[in-house]
Order: sequence, then structure tokens, then C-alpha cells
Amino acid sequence: MLEDKDRIFTNLYGDGDWGLTGARARGDWDGTRELILKGRDWIVKEMQDSGLRGRGGAGFPTGMKWSFMPKTTPDGKPLDGRPHYLVVNADESEPGTCKDREILRHDPHKLVEGCLLAGVAMGAHAGYIYVRGEFYNEASHLEIAVQQAYEAGLIGKNACGSGWDFDLYVHRGAGAYICGEETALIESLEGKKGQPRLKPPFPAGMGLYGCPTTVNNVETIAVAPTILRRGATWFTSFGRPKNAGTKLFCISGHVNKPCTVEEAMSIPLKELIEKHCGGVRGGWDNLLAIIPGGASVPVLPKSICDTVLMDFDALREQRSGLGTAAVIVMDKSTDIVKAIARLSRFYMHESCGQCTPCREGTGWLWRVMQRMVKGQAELPEIDMLEEVTRQIEGHTICALGDAAAWPVQGLIRHFRPEMEARIRNYKAALQVARAAAE
Amino acid sequence: MPKVTIDGETIEVPGGITVLQACELAGKEVPRFCYHERLSVAGNCRMCLVEMEKSPKPVASCAMPIAEGQVIKTNTPLVKKARNGVMEFLLINHPLDCPICDQGGECDLQDQSMAYGNGQSRFKENKRAVPDKEIGPLVKTTMTRCIHCTRCVRFATEVAGAEELGAVFRGEHMEIDTYIEKALTSELSGNIVDLCPVGALTSKPYAFNARPWELRKTESVDVFDALGASIRVDARGGEVLRVLPRLNEETNEEWIADKSRHAVDGLKRQRLDRPYVRKDGKLQPVSWSEALGAVAAKLKATPPGRIAAIAGDMADCEAMTALKDLMAAVGSPNLDCRQDGAKLDPSARASWLFNSTVAGIDEADAILLVGTNPRWESPVLNARIRRRYRAGGVKIAAIGPQVDLTYKYEYLGAGPTALSDLAAGKIGFAETLKAAKKPMLIVGLGALARADGAAVLAIARDIADRFGLVKDGWNGFNVLHTAAARVGGLELGFVPGAQGRDTLGILDGASKGEIDFVYLLGADEIDTNRLGKAFVVYQGHHGDRGAHRADVVLPGAAYTEKNATYVNTEGRVQQTRLAVFPPGEAKEDWKILRALSEAAGRKLPLDTIGQVRARMAAISPVFAKLDAAQPGTWAAFGKAGAVDGTPFASPISNFYMTDPISRASATMAACTETYLKGSAARTGTHG
Repeated sequence: MLEDKDRIFTNLYGDGDWGLTGARARGDWDGTRELILKGRDWIVKEMQDSGLRGRGGAGFPTGMKWSFMPKTTPDGKPLDGRPHYLVVNADESEPGTCKDREILRHDPHKLVEGCLLAGVAMGAHAGYIYVRGEFYNEASHLEIAVQQAYEAGLIGKNACGSGWDFDLYVHRGAGAYICGEETALIESLEGKKGQPRLKPPFPAGMGLYGCPTTVNNVETIAVAPTILRRGATWFTSFGRPKNAGTKLFCISGHVNKPCTVEEAMSIPLKELIEKHCGGVRGGWDNLLAIIPGGASVPVLPKSICDTVLMDFDALREQRSGLGTAAVIVMDKSTDIVKAIARLSRFYMHESCGQCTPCREGTGWLWRVMQRMVKGQAELPEIDMLEEVTRQIEGHTICALGDAAAWPVQGLIRHFRPEMEARIRNYKAALQVARAAAE
Repeated sequence: MPKVTIDGETIEVPGGITVLQACELAGKEVPRFCYHERLSVAGNCRMCLVEMEKSPKPVASCAMPIAEGQVIKTNTPLVKKARNGVMEFLLINHPLDCPICDQGGECDLQDQSMAYGNGQSRFKENKRAVPDKEIGPLVKTTMTRCIHCTRCVRFATEVAGAEELGAVFRGEHMEIDTYIEKALTSELSGNIVDLCPVGALTSKPYAFNARPWELRKTESVDVFDALGASIRVDARGGEVLRVLPRLNEETNEEWIADKSRHAVDGLKRQRLDRPYVRKDGKLQPVSWSEALGAVAAKLKATPPGRIAAIAGDMADCEAMTALKDLMAAVGSPNLDCRQDGAKLDPSARASWLFNSTVAGIDEADAILLVGTNPRWESPVLNARIRRRYRAGGVKIAAIGPQVDLTYKYEYLGAGPTALSDLAAGKIGFAETLKAAKKPMLIVGLGALARADGAAVLAIARDIADRFGLVKDGWNGFNVLHTAAARVGGLELGFVPGAQGRDTLGILDGASKGEIDFVYLLGADEIDTNRLGKAFVVYQGHHGDRGAHRADVVLPGAAYTEKNATYVNTEGRVQQTRLAVFPPGEAKEDWKILRALSEAAGRKLPLDTIGQVRARMAAISPVFAKLDAAQPGTWAAFGKAGAVDGTPFASPISNFYMTDPISRASATMAACTETYLKGSAARTGTHG
């Protein structure tokens, strides 16, 4: 178990002051100037060495992403005249996920400081934080934190006395899941309808207002200052190779004490639940299935949950994913088909409607899944459902199509007998009813 | 030039293109719905997915830039499956109401479904229904059929400049809508019907009229404005049912204006289908021989100096040639093709041509509009200026009517004073013109069809000279005509001879009793009250102002009913083709004049259309060369003089009704009602 001294988010539960004084007491904004003065290349190198992978779900190595930003002149001016932008994705809307929210409301200065350092690493003098529309208190805490940082001279002109100018803006979204997709977020930030853009061109070449942009998750940015202060080696001492560091896990569902907790990567799923959440309701044997990484990754049955490690590669081997590390626990009282059908409805509702497979396919999935809940279907329709998910997956502009397809694929992979039984039972009940009617 | 491998074949392709274009160059067919050459890339239909090596997922070829060494596969099972899947998705919520859909037979969805789709659907759920939208008198919507390719949205936003269409809502509830119900305020809205790959947007006036395979298609040229857009006339029996644009990169690309497309229902109304002679104050139907005899008798009885002829805006060159020769034969110098009285100088070709050519707009880096509203005078040309504007690096300014041209421009003033100031370098835009590499000056007839027109023309020429608009390989002096016949008439020298009277002179003479015989060749845009007691012959196709005043009416053919030559504003000689025969006893116009010349005892040596065209080429060698812009040589023109301060006004007060055909069109009347009389803007709060 992660020791308290190794925790990055020491005010995760809001016990202390979330303002600047409290943040400083917890070690934030300590030596930020020196970190900046070590320069852009050092920061990027250190992040690369730390092995931090993006915390938004895709798990792309952060240091590498930062290194994609175009070079600047030694004094931080863009070479082609286009400014660089940092955009922070605080549009946390993945069902089951509630980690960025805790950072925003209880430790916003970690994020603000991270923005400054990330800005330096990207040659960006401006950063935008796109906060989910529903996060009212979170946005106001963040606004205050930004204001405090400005007043203390930590950001703005000559941030922390380092000579680097950095402005930070908080933008509130209007509450659309798709605006958490990086290019849709950029569109929305520009004031347009939140629809993902085609890639290429990638944001690092042409992002916000056509300028080089990097979009990072809140957690990714918020852990950066601590990594830089304590060193890449410290960070890599947690977790397995290529899955380094500590991570916020959000455990919800049928556990005794749902919580958001910081833990080392690669912790066994069972240990995570037993240690921090007081175990599954009714004991581990009452477990039916777990969605390990937020609504969009395939569900895992108990047999896999017994042993699986919580990191990117281990879950990928099990044909699921770490995603946002939002662990949704379902005990045996759960109607698993109905649960997945509800997710299908979510994706139908949140599809932007731009490209065909997702616009048309998500609705189709939900409608078939509704029938599957009752068993009002034919057996071959299970295969058809699977095929429809394959027709969506990988054929869309953004990953929402994939996200809609995977839960259903996971269901069919692991709970096919349950689905078949329902269809048979429905038919049998129908026959009984008919016989009674005659 | 990057080298790419497409289906095992390595080819070299130009840089900067997309994978889809490269596949086309390699001769591979890639199906698509949302992709269109002239619109931005949306990449949302996902029909054009192809396999690309090193890419884990199939890529949308319309959006993928070509790069050195790419290996593309368009015929693998993966690609087939992807297309098949997309096709299935497109059809699940499509109503499949092809038997009652006007797009049937020319529907991309139908065709591609046959080629790439399944025979059957596995979708057993209820289909989505979408409420139809009311977007004006020209476009009919059946939104349930929409496949959300957003071509119409992109056309309206990018090409037409009417940013009124958009996609509202999201997911499967997404709808193409104006949000607040309104008619599209664009003169190009009909083009979205052509763009729509399915039957969601169809032509409202053409609804349920015909199937495409019943139509006889004739390639022709548009005459509703001076651009001379290439069109295709679709007819069944003796009826023109619709007009569609034809690809012509030099003029209209693939767009046409709403009037060109929809005014054709006017070809069926108010037609002159038999000759008339006024007897006892009323026009009575008569035979051709009686009508021609009446005209010939009057012609013989009138002294040459008291005979005059005016050619209208839709007169073809063949008829003008015959009329000019007839006038010469009877010895009258009183003829004019400028019925609006424009002070165009017939002596210098460069003074009345669009010398830069329409395609030249794409290269211009400064554009000055003088006395013109191109949005109404030639909407397609205006769209080309808009595209140039969107590409950036061009400065546009205007003197004259201050209207929404769909792009931003610097407004310099209303009338000739601003023009003089500019010529004197008192306005900042003078520096812009001077500094520009390819500056353009576009003079509209609003600046020339006025008493001081010749002086205005002189100032315009002065500007062209002073600020270097005319240089090696570039002539930036342009006149934007409004009439399809005008340039042809000027080429033929259909202008007053020595001591001859021009249009105003003819009208003055007629009202004073100095002119006794006026021949109107389709001339309706004159003040017929000023014809006084003159004997008026009207030859034309519609019972409009001219025919109402006429003493003899000779029924001619409209542009869809004859093989005729028109010259567009660039000096591009183009020919219309006969799509249907003229109605009733109406005849091709040059034949009427040939017959009249014989009846009048002045037989013209024009027996075949070949002879007429040879005669045209003899008058001006321009006519020997078809379909090419033929610029004039720079010469002196215009007449310096005083100008008055009256603001320039566009010669068009109602875009939808500018000529006898569009005035007879019910569709154009509906457009006038919607767009000009403001019924579109009225809401419940108007009371």
C-alpha cells in the first residue's frame, strides 16, 4: 500500500485548506522558479524519464506528448509566429470517474502550478482550463485559486520571478460528454459546436485557433510539479515498468465504502477494493463483475478480477483497459445486461452525430440491448449485435464509437450464457402464456 | 511529387492532395457522400474508408493527406466490410421511400447501395423520423431522408455566404436546420439540391414532375445574366422541366444562380405563339404572311431616317446580325443594343469586356467594385469573389450601392465623387490598387447607364491607367454586364451608325414624332410610353411590355428553343442548343428576319444558319472561336466630362424578375414575395 509520504494529493478529501496558504503548507509552489529556470528541455526530459502516461484514459506518454510541441526561440518566442497553447481537459464526464473533481475542489493549486510548468515545457504563454459545465463549485474554487496565484505573482507576467509570462484562463463547458474529446474540446473552446476534428492535423501542429496546442488531463498536469520536485526516479519506483507512478482510483458501485484514493499503479484490483473500500458488498464471492476503467472499457468477470493488476498493460492483456481508473463494482444482485444497456443509452445520448457509424450505430445498439434485457430477441441477434459493434469500432473520427462498442463487446464476451438464457426464458414464458390463452 | 502505392500499383502524385484524390488519379473508385471537390473536407460519412499500411484502423481517404511511401489498399476485405457497414448504418434510418422520392434515379445513396450495400437490412427497430423544414420557395425538404453529410451546410457557409444552415442537436437527433425557420437568403440556394446526395433536399418547383430517365438532356448556355453559365436543359416532350448547371471551370464551375435554374417555368406562360397585328386598337391573331406583309408595307413606306431598331437583353447574335443587315439594307443608322442607355464605348473592345476573365478573380489581390451589386447581377461570379476573399490576401472595396455581398469590403462612397477622389489618390484604397500585383476594377452598368456614364467610364479608365491595372499579361479593367445579349450586340456593331440615334435618341425621336417605325427585337426594358405614335414591331417570345405596345407581334424563340450564339461578359462566344421546339407558330428569330427581308423586298443572303454564322465571323473574327474568352486590346475610350453627384444604383431592383421569362415565372413570383416583399421576415409579432 502506498505510504502517506509518497502521496501526491495530500488534500484529496478536503481536510485542509484548498487555498494558496494550505497549498503552500503542503509543499506546492515550492521552488517553482528553480524548476522553470532549469528550462524546457529539462522538464520534458524529466517527464519522459518519469514514464508518466496520460491520466485521461488513453495512456499516451506525457513527456513524449509535450516533446511534440514545436521548438521556440531561446527566449520562448514561437518560430513561426503562432503562439503555443496549453489546454487542460477538466471536462470529466466519464461515468464512474470522479478524480479530477477532487483535484479541482480540494487541491486546485496543484493544477495551477502544473499548468505553469507544462506551459514552460511547451513554450506556451497561455493556458486554458476547460471545466465541465456541471462542475460549478469546482470551477469557482479553481477560479479563486487562479486569482490567488495571479495576486501572489505565481502566474501572469514574470511568473514566480522566473521571467516566463504565463496567463491562465478558466472556461466552463456546457455539459457535453463529447467535449472531453480533445479536438471537440478545442472546437468548443473556440465557440463552435463540440464535434471532434479530423486528425491529422494533430493539435500539436494545428490545435486551438490553428496554433500548436497540447491537451492534457487535469491529473496529468497536477502530478507534474511533484514529479519534477521529487524526481523521475521517485515516480518510477511505483508500479511496473511502463506503468509507473501513483494514480487516483475512483471506486464506486457495490462496495462498502466507495472512495477516490491515490494508490501505486499495478496494485491488484482485489487489494485495491479490499483495502480502501471495505470490500465488495456481501464479500468478494458476491462479486459479479467489474468495469475497471470507466464506462467505456469492457467489463471483467470475477474470475479475471481475482488476479488482475490495475495498470494499462495488465488490463489490456485482459482485453479491457485502465481508462480513467474508475472502478465500477457490480455484485451478484446486478442485472448485468441492463447495466450495459444503460451505458449504451449513455453513448447514444452523447454521440455528437457527426459521423455515420456512431450516429446511427449507437442508437441501434441501445435498441437491441433494450430487447436483450428482456430476452426479447433471437439467438443469432447476439452475433449480429457483436458485428454491429465491430462495424462501429475503428470507423469513426473519434474514440466515442469505440467507447460505445467496447462495453457491449465485453458483455457478449463474458456473459453470453446469461444473454442466451434470457432469450430462451423469454421464449418459454411466451409459449406458456400462449398455451394459457388457448 | 510523392510516390504512393495504391492497390499494388506505384504512382507519382502531386503533393498536397488527399488519398482519395490519389486513388482517383490511379483510377480506383472510392465511394463518398460528404466529400465534394469544391467544399471543405468534413470526413464524416465514413464511406471513403481505405486501408493504409501502418495505420491500425482504416482511414478516411478524403481527409488523409498524401505522403511519400504510403501504401493504400482500396479493395481488401477489410475495406469492403467497412463500406458495407457504413452503408448499412446509413440505410437503417433512411426511409427507403425511393418510389416516391424525386431523387430516385439520380441518387448517390441508391447507386452506392447497389454497389456497396447489402440486399437486406438487419435493422428491425423503428426508424427515426425528422420534421421537414421550410427553407424557402425553391428547396423542398424531406429531412427523414437526410444522411447528415453536411454538404448543404458547407455550401451555404462557404460558397453562398449564407451562414444560416447548421446541424442542431446531436447524436441521432442531429438535424440540418436553420434553427429559426426562415428562407435561405441566397441567390445560389438551388445548388444545395444538386449537392444533396440523397432526396432530403429536392427542387420544390420540380417536385413530382418527372424521372431523370424520361428527360432529354441538352447542353446549353444560360442567358439570365451575362456570365453565360454552362447549363443542361432537361426537357420532356415540348416542355423544359428543369435546368441544371454543367461543369465549366472558366465561368460557373458547377454552380448556377436560382433565377437561371428556376425561371424556366416562365417559358410556359405568357408565350407568344402566333403572329398578331393590331386592328381597331386590339391585337388580333393573324397568319405569318399577313403579319410580315403588314411590317413590310410599313417598312417600305417609311423613309430610312425614320426607322429604328432596338435589341433586347436576350437577343441572340444570329438575330441581331440579321436585323443589323436588314437595317443596313433599308438604309437606317438608328439601331442600338444598349436598351438601358449605357454609355459603353463601341469603339474599344477592352472598354466593355470583363478583361481579367472570371477565372482571373482567383488571382486578383485587390478588387474595386464600381456601381455594381454583383450578388444580384451575377451571383455565381459573386461567389467566386467570395471564395477569393475567403482564401485571404485580397482587399475589396466598393463604390456604389452599399449592400451585403457576403464578404467584407471597404465602402468608399456612393457615387462618382468617390470615384473621382479615388482617381485623384485622395482615398487610401488608391495605394492598395497601386501596390497590388493583380488589381481588378469591376464596373457595373449602374455606373454607366446614366447621363454622365461616358465621363464615369473615362474616370474608371483613368484609374486603370494611373494605378497600373493594365500591365503585361494582366488587364484589370472589367465591365460586368447584366444582359446576355449585350456583348454580342457590341461585337456585331449593333450600335448607331453615322448620325444614327441610340436608344435614348430613338425614344426621344419616337415621342417627338421623328421616328415612325421601331423594331423591338425582344426589347422590353424600355419606357414603352415614349414610343409615341410610332409603328412598333415586337419580335420576341413573351407577351411583356414590348408586345403590349406593339402594332405587330412576331413570335420568336426563347433561348432553349434555338441554336443561337451568345457572348458572355468576358467576350466568350458560346452557343445554346435547341432543347425543345418553339411553341405554336413561333420561329427561330433570324429566320423571321430573313423572311421579313424578303417580304420587304430587301432579301438578305442568309439562307442557312451556317451563312448567318459566317456573316457574324465576317463582322467580327471573335465569332470564329467558340468557348474561349477573347480579351480586347487596351485603347483609349470614354469621354472626360463633368459628373453629377447622384449615387450609383444597381440596374437590378429585383433579382428574381429581370426579363420577360422571369417575369412570367410563378416560381420567381414566389421568390419575389418571399425575399423582397418581406414575407419571410414577418413573424407573429408583426401583427
